[in-house]
Amino acid sequence: MSVDAARAGRRPTARRRVSAAFWRRPWLRATALLGPAAGAFLFVYVAALGVLLLSAFWALDPFTGQIVHTWSLDNFRILWEEHTYWRIAGRTIGLAAAVTVTDVLLAFPFAYYMARIAGPRTRTLLFVLVLMPLWSSYLARVYSWRLILSKDGALNWWLGRLGLPDQNIAYTNWAVWIVFSYIWLPFMILPVYAALERIPDSFIEASRDLGAKNWTTFKRVVLPLALPGVIAGSIFTFSLTLGDYIAPSLVGNTQFIGNVIYRNVLGLTNNIPFAAAYAMVPLAVMALYLVFARRAGAFESL
Amino acid sequence: MNDALKRGLGAGVLAILAVTLAFAAAGCGGSSDNESSGDKSSLPTSIGTGEGKLSLVAWEGYTQPEWVKPFEKQTGCMVTSKYAGSSDEMVTLMRNGGDQYDMVSASGDASLRLIEGKNVQPMNPALIPDYPNFIEALKSPPHNTVDGKHYGISLQWGPNTLLYNTEKVTPAPTSWESIYDPKYKGGITIPDNAIQIADAALYLSKTKPDLGIEDPYELTQDQFDAAVNLLKQQRPLLKKHWVLASDEIDLFKNGDAVIGASWPYQTNTLAADKVPVKDLIPSEGATGWADTWMLSSKSKHPNCAYMWTKWVSTPKVQAQQAIYFGETPANTKACPIMDQLSPGSCKQYHADAPASYFDSIKFWKTPSADCGNGDDNCMDYNRWQQAWTEIKG
Repeated sequence: MSVDAARAGRRPTARRRVSAAFWRRPWLRATALLGPAAGAFLFVYVAALGVLLLSAFWALDPFTGQIVHTWSLDNFRILWEEHTYWRIAGRTIGLAAAVTVTDVLLAFPFAYYMARIAGPRTRTLLFVLVLMPLWSSYLARVYSWRLILSKDGALNWWLGRLGLPDQNIAYTNWAVWIVFSYIWLPFMILPVYAALERIPDSFIEASRDLGAKNWTTFKRVVLPLALPGVIAGSIFTFSLTLGDYIAPSLVGNTQFIGNVIYRNVLGLTNNIPFAAAYAMVPLAVMALYLVFARRAGAFESL
Repeated sequence: MNDALKRGLGAGVLAILAVTLAFAAAGCGGSSDNESSGDKSSLPTSIGTGEGKLSLVAWEGYTQPEWVKPFEKQTGCMVTSKYAGSSDEMVTLMRNGGDQYDMVSASGDASLRLIEGKNVQPMNPALIPDYPNFIEALKSPPHNTVDGKHYGISLQWGPNTLLYNTEKVTPAPTSWESIYDPKYKGGITIPDNAIQIADAALYLSKTKPDLGIEDPYELTQDQFDAAVNLLKQQRPLLKKHWVLASDEIDLFKNGDAVIGASWPYQTNTLAADKVPVKDLIPSEGATGWADTWMLSSKSKHPNCAYMWTKWVSTPKVQAQQAIYFGETPANTKACPIMDQLSPGSCKQYHADAPASYFDSIKFWKTPSADCGNGDDNCMDYNRWQQAWTEIKG
């Protein structure tokens, strides 16, 4: 009895029919698999972005606090003409870049050791060390930095014991930089580790066989192959710094884009249209960054 | 991915996107006509049965367990409270919160905005037995009574003070000048609040009389610019703008700030923690607040709200709160109880002071273009807020 005959002989059940339909129509399969997640993504994220974009063109009635649905470019005009907002945007982007560079410099050697030098046991231990801070609350970690850096805090206590002069970086941009670099470090280490770990040993052996010194091998084999991982990590560190307002408000003394948006949404004026307009700035910066990252092949390394 | 799959995926994504946008558009349409339900013209004549819940927006220190717990026990209204750090935040919470919040402890610079935005509704003072015992100035003050309608019941009032660390700041300051003094660079903190411009204006009204500042909330362009400039010069001297009272407490506790603009609440809390601090009303006088419990126009628990207002107006609770926060009760009957709870506190917090003391404080109010003298070339609150963003940089 042939297979076909056996198939024909059995009555197709509903289950079989469904699975046959999925097999015959790949689009149906794709929709069923991706639908729920994509739907949630579109509802929660894309729709929210759409509304954000729309509301940036609306205005706020200062007397009643109601949003007026008339189209105008006033919000963007204020942003353009008022130097303060340029300065704040520049400061935010500068900080995001500084945090990203810092994290690359800290994460690369660490990830390299994890991926290529450490034995399996050490590697597991290092993984735990990297991931452990993520188990505790973000706020707890930021507040603990406040205690470390404050004038009568842990750091100055140690400096005093070592006979060194007090530091005075609490509530400065230095403090914000340190805290951000610390908080986002795991998000840099993991993709860099993933990229480094994927480099086959044979590549490095081949490089050596061809006479390359360690530094040359690193520069011409390891680094180019790890670069997409670095860029992938930088997407995290850069975008997370760009959007965060909690750490600056807790450990800093100046405004960043997120603080201005926060104050406009809750606190200052309830001027949601203005906040939406300003939110376009980090959005545009991130869009450019992602285009650049895609060109550099970072998405293969995520 | 093969082509058929790609096409199918594209179609699916498009379909979902279309549905999403339709939904979002419908959502927008819906939200545009949520004008507040506004005036409920008929005032209640009695307090009904409690609804079991009460949700408050309050200043930090206004809903302490000492008087919230007995209230819950007595009325069955379980209180949840959210602290706000500024009047702006209170207004925003009440405007956006829908029916989430029942009452707000609004200061004079928020109350009129809430009344104008129809976010709060009139209350009946006849239902508050202690109302006749209030000081005259707070029975129908212009910041909560409009056209004879009482939008809420007055609570407490007090001055914004100058707080300093007695070990680090010597000799003891006597003037607001100290918070603009480069001597304390990196040790100064002021509230993160646009109304702080009024404090600068008050200082200038005494130190630069030729500016002609009479009311620190009614500033012409020149006067306003002078105040803003003073704050811009002060900016590099600041350790931090504090948002919540607890921020300032942390700053003083950890030695980061040694002098700053404050509320008496911070002084009391820090002193209780044995931090060497004192506060004073400097020679130029002080801005201050007069707070009102206001009832949201969308409140779902109005009976509990009336019970709460009744409760916090009683002499005992008035005295407790006055001592806890370091402010002056509206209820004149609170004075002897204050002295019972903490000897000398009635005098310390001016609960027995004559009406002239009340008049000496420049109470927070919302700046508007109307200068109060027929002119309308004063800076309105939008300008204040813009300037505040510029000052902070």
